[in-house]
Amino acid sequence: MKLPDLTELALRNLRESVLRNSLTTIGISVGVASLVAMLSLGIGLQQMASRRLVKSGLFDTIIVTSRRELRGMSREEERTGPNPAESRVLDEPARQEIERLPNVLEAYPDIRFRTELRYEDKPHLTTISALPSSAQSNDAFEGMQGSFFSSETAAEVILQKSFAEELLGKTQPLGAPEPSVAELAQPLLGKELLMRYAQRAAAPQQPAPPKTNETASADNSLAAAAYSVVSREQKLKIVGLSDLDVESMRGPMRAKVFLPLKLAESLHVMQPTDVSEISRAASDQTVYSSISVRVKNPAQVQSVEDAIKKLGFNTFSIVDASRGLRQFFGVLYAFLGIFGSLALIVASIGIVNTLVMAILERRREIGIMKAIGASDRDVKSLFFAEAGAMGILGGIAGVILGWAIGQVINFGTNIYLKRQSLPPEHFWAVPWWLVVFGILFAVGVSLVSGRYPAGRAAKLDPVQALRYE
Amino acid sequence: MTAAPMSSLAVAVRSENLCRHYHMGETLIRAVDGVSLEVRAGEFVALLGSSGSGKSSMLNLIAGLDRPTSGTVVVQNRDLAKLSREDLAKYRLHVVGMVFQSFNLIPSMTLAENVELPLRFAEVDRSQRENLVREALDRVGLRARKDHRPSELSGGEQQRAALARALINRPQLLLADEPTGNLDSHTGIEIMDLVREFNRQLGMTVVMVTHERALAERYAERMIFLADGKLTHEQPNPPAGAQPGRQGHA
Repeated sequence: MKLPDLTELALRNLRESVLRNSLTTIGISVGVASLVAMLSLGIGLQQMASRRLVKSGLFDTIIVTSRRELRGMSREEERTGPNPAESRVLDEPARQEIERLPNVLEAYPDIRFRTELRYEDKPHLTTISALPSSAQSNDAFEGMQGSFFSSETAAEVILQKSFAEELLGKTQPLGAPEPSVAELAQPLLGKELLMRYAQRAAAPQQPAPPKTNETASADNSLAAAAYSVVSREQKLKIVGLSDLDVESMRGPMRAKVFLPLKLAESLHVMQPTDVSEISRAASDQTVYSSISVRVKNPAQVQSVEDAIKKLGFNTFSIVDASRGLRQFFGVLYAFLGIFGSLALIVASIGIVNTLVMAILERRREIGIMKAIGASDRDVKSLFFAEAGAMGILGGIAGVILGWAIGQVINFGTNIYLKRQSLPPEHFWAVPWWLVVFGILFAVGVSLVSGRYPAGRAAKLDPVQALRYE
Repeated sequence: MTAAPMSSLAVAVRSENLCRHYHMGETLIRAVDGVSLEVRAGEFVALLGSSGSGKSSMLNLIAGLDRPTSGTVVVQNRDLAKLSREDLAKYRLHVVGMVFQSFNLIPSMTLAENVELPLRFAEVDRSQRENLVREALDRVGLRARKDHRPSELSGGEQQRAALARALINRPQLLLADEPTGNLDSHTGIEIMDLVREFNRQLGMTVVMVTHERALAERYAERMIFLADGKLTHEQPNPPAGAQPGRQGHA
């Protein structure tokens, strides 16, 4: 039989028992929908994760430390590298040299110090670090209350949520719901903090003259060869409150209060390295404890890291972590795919059942067709065509259904995220290949399911079939 | 064999010692048990016998719907026992037309679609089909009913549609299994007149199974009697002029 005739007869037969065949087709479409939904969730989650990770700066950032730094991340290299005594100092010329390396977006010093912040006359000891303006795109500031620094030199400060809780004296008992950032931000935004810090002054003999917004409280000069340390105070305005932990990768060293980079540099805060590098650093040169290097593309991290190592510094990045992540998503896909196809397997049993029922019901019809000259192949193709048609229809409906389920879940989740004052997220992706794959898979499963019933129908003995009434 | 004066000398159907046995539980059923017969091309033959005599089994063997346990059946020079399933289907499609007691039209299709079905299997071009179907329905006088489903028609109309379907692929052999069994006598005669018309005008060889001796005597040129799967005797019908049926309606 020719294909147009086959299709026509198959569709006519499907229409004849429309209820049963539509139920079977719905079964297939639910199967395909669950497969498409599961896989698009997996794909969407992966896309979201990589988007997030790129934004988090984990994958395009290299942290550079001096080899003298005993807190260096890689102990092995310290042993194999050049003698620590001969290693280079991580100072401003070194920073500029690193910034000139190919594929480097920027290299900025990690200014990080522990000091006291006074809020409503109560002291709070915390770690402060400086942020470049490029950090604004970091996703930690996405759900932020308030705004980012108005300029790189503004006397402004952004607080991490947990520090805000500390300032407000809101320590939550375990298990209690966390207060939202918005709640915490309201009493704090626009308020002032007073930061007390130790300034590294270039001239030891004469204390630095007090500037407009600074007040030299005590002339606590330290008898040192190259510089003195002066205690100073700085007023800071709270402009933002971030929910996520910006510096999660730094572990116990992470800061909870952030200053604009240029402001922090201008303060010349005493750094821990100042003491250790005292013998080597020129008196007017700041020595950095570490430098953060941002690379144009996560793929170039390795090559930039190698180049920095050649300059004589220690480096650290999380390139290997991404490999593990890809593996994780591979496994996740497989699992989601298996769960998704379980429904399709159930649907294929439905196809077998429907077609076997159709054979029983249409025994006589098959007998008639054979008596008037239908070959085994004609009968077989007819049943195949019916299974295939249910597969195509079910596949198309299933892809649409899966997409719709995704949209609904995405919509619902975003309402939830909004209630939690989190930014909306697109974690559902149906790429075109998944659409094609979904439909082809449905047709494939249907044809495989149709094999047995079609074979049975083809082998039906016409004499028996016609005798049956 | 007996003379068949109205037909040519060519043999359309020949069986030799044809047997069809099957088991029903423990017992062996000899549905057809060593039947040897010949039907000449263009002849109108009736197979007669009581129910269970094996006449329908014999017809199924000639139709290629069933295969013999032993013996041979040759139709239009084809040894049916030696044909593959595929070739047997082609044989049924092109050489044989069949009508049944219960009409066997497909209930979900209109008359035109039922008549068209063998053309689909024969992969005849869509453009030619319409004409062929119209021609066949015209011949049986059902043109006006072509878009009706079988359930909307009388038994006689259904059987006429079945005849149109049997004739659509221009077969040489028409096999009829109790074609009037479900019809009243008046309608039965209409159908039989059509069958005879096919026999005479189109030169189709007709083998009809029936248990109504009167019907066989009226239309057949020769009667073959079966009992318990065996051929008991044959009886030629008097030639044309002596039979009132040959002049039309009795």
